[in-house]
Amino acid sequence: MPALWLCLRCAGVATLLAAAVCLPLGWILAHRRFPGCELLDAAAGLPLVLPPAVLVYYLLWPLVFNWQIAVGLSAIYTLPLVLRLSRAAMAAVDPDLENAARILGASEWRIFWRIALPLAWRGLLAAIAAGFARSLADFGLTALVADHAAGAPLVWALLAIAGVSLAALYAGNRARVWA
Amino acid sequence: MIQVRLAAPGVDVEFQAASGITALFGPAGAGKSFILDAIAGLVTPASGRIIMDDRILFDAASRVNLPARRRGCGYIARQWALFPHMSVRDNLLFPLARLPRLERHRRVKETIEQYALGDAAPRYPRQVSPAERLRAAVARTLIGEPQLLLVDEPACGLDIALRDEWYNVLRRVRDQTSLPVMLATRDPETCFELAGSMLLLSAGRILQSGPPRQVFDQPVSVDAARLLGMRNLFQAEIAALDPGRNTSRLRLENFELTGAYIPGHLRGDRVWVCVDPGQLRSLPHDGSKPQLNQVVVRLERASQLTRAVRLEFAGGIIAEIPRHEFERSKDNDDNKEWLVEFPAAAWRVL
Repeated sequence: MPALWLCLRCAGVATLLAAAVCLPLGWILAHRRFPGCELLDAAAGLPLVLPPAVLVYYLLWPLVFNWQIAVGLSAIYTLPLVLRLSRAAMAAVDPDLENAARILGASEWRIFWRIALPLAWRGLLAAIAAGFARSLADFGLTALVADHAAGAPLVWALLAIAGVSLAALYAGNRARVWA
Repeated sequence: MIQVRLAAPGVDVEFQAASGITALFGPAGAGKSFILDAIAGLVTPASGRIIMDDRILFDAASRVNLPARRRGCGYIARQWALFPHMSVRDNLLFPLARLPRLERHRRVKETIEQYALGDAAPRYPRQVSPAERLRAAVARTLIGEPQLLLVDEPACGLDIALRDEWYNVLRRVRDQTSLPVMLATRDPETCFELAGSMLLLSAGRILQSGPPRQVFDQPVSVDAARLLGMRNLFQAEIAALDPGRNTSRLRLENFELTGAYIPGHLRGDRVWVCVDPGQLRSLPHDGSKPQLNQVVVRLERASQLTRAVRLEFAGGIIAEIPRHEFERSKDNDDNKEWLVEFPAAAWRVL
């Protein structure tokens, strides 16, 4: 099933890339006010309104299509979704706890790893799952339909998408920080 | 020793605090928490300067603003802010990250013994009793050896047993260390029980400062007296003053008071008179003529307190008498005439 493997690999790597950017960025946007933060927030949402055709046509047309480029594209389109969700999850972390850590001598980096990430993990997991589902849906279907060996892999891929989406919804519903 | 001068929209204060407990007393929105947050480095005031033991923590003029983690303050938030995803032991280890491993574990072991947290140490904060959680929060704050302890509303929303535990912990800190403690509170009892000095705050300004006993005995103004929760504030006019015989006479709305000479005032001045409800003597009126400093008033309502009865009379006079005294008097229904005496030593002029 090369098609299924391709789209899973693409979606996985794209989600990881998006998460690596969005988790710290979501944390910063959730708790910090700095000049230009609104602008940054708006700019991060740009792919939501940009038609994929524009990006593909103007940016990628001259290049030869390979899976790394597909990953890059997919990551750009997944980013706003993961950012919104992870920002909301980070904002739900009690600021008193982060302030307590700050006063106890922790650096911002340490607060991110030791306080914000562990306390928001359910919400972050939901964000990542939603990002993966989105990425899989966007890219995977197209690739599968284009692939001539469609058929059984398509069914599998659809099942995978449905499963991941369900898991994302479930995790999103359960996304509550520690009581 | 900490010196603070702060200004921000709605806040403008200047004070010093030495070792011992200093209470910031005021109603909600008076700026207590803002001051604590500014000292801890969580908010940045518009201008001012904060100096702790010759170390500048914040100076707007020279743009010094140490981050919270370098200020060496301990802060106990209202909800204690123990990290819910770490065990009590890990909570205690958190502030010690920079120490060598052996030293870290030695200190945690000592602290666990000192605060009787042996059973609680391996558990999560939500699995231990509130008293243990409280001790853990204090232990975590003090394990890093801060130079100043800030406490926000220690008694807020706690049951009585837990409040006593809290006070004992704070008393121990006060008596065993020379750590300056700043305590924000809305409860006058807390000031009396713990604080060596207090700042009376209102709308971001300090109305009065000094030892709690002195502040409560001599409020500087009627606003201060109201904030301190005093009842029986009456406006009066000085009708007579005689320094030779050391007497004065005050005319209130519908009766007169005679007492000692009031220095610093002139005849005809409008002043405020304040009496503690517990110091008024009140009896059901038996028809006799009111004597000096006595007035006949109608009882509007009697309400039960834990150990006394509060009598609310017409004209806004409030008295508190022991319950057995109230029950002994036969005519204690509402709307009866009572004789209320203002003993000369009880009332004072603001």
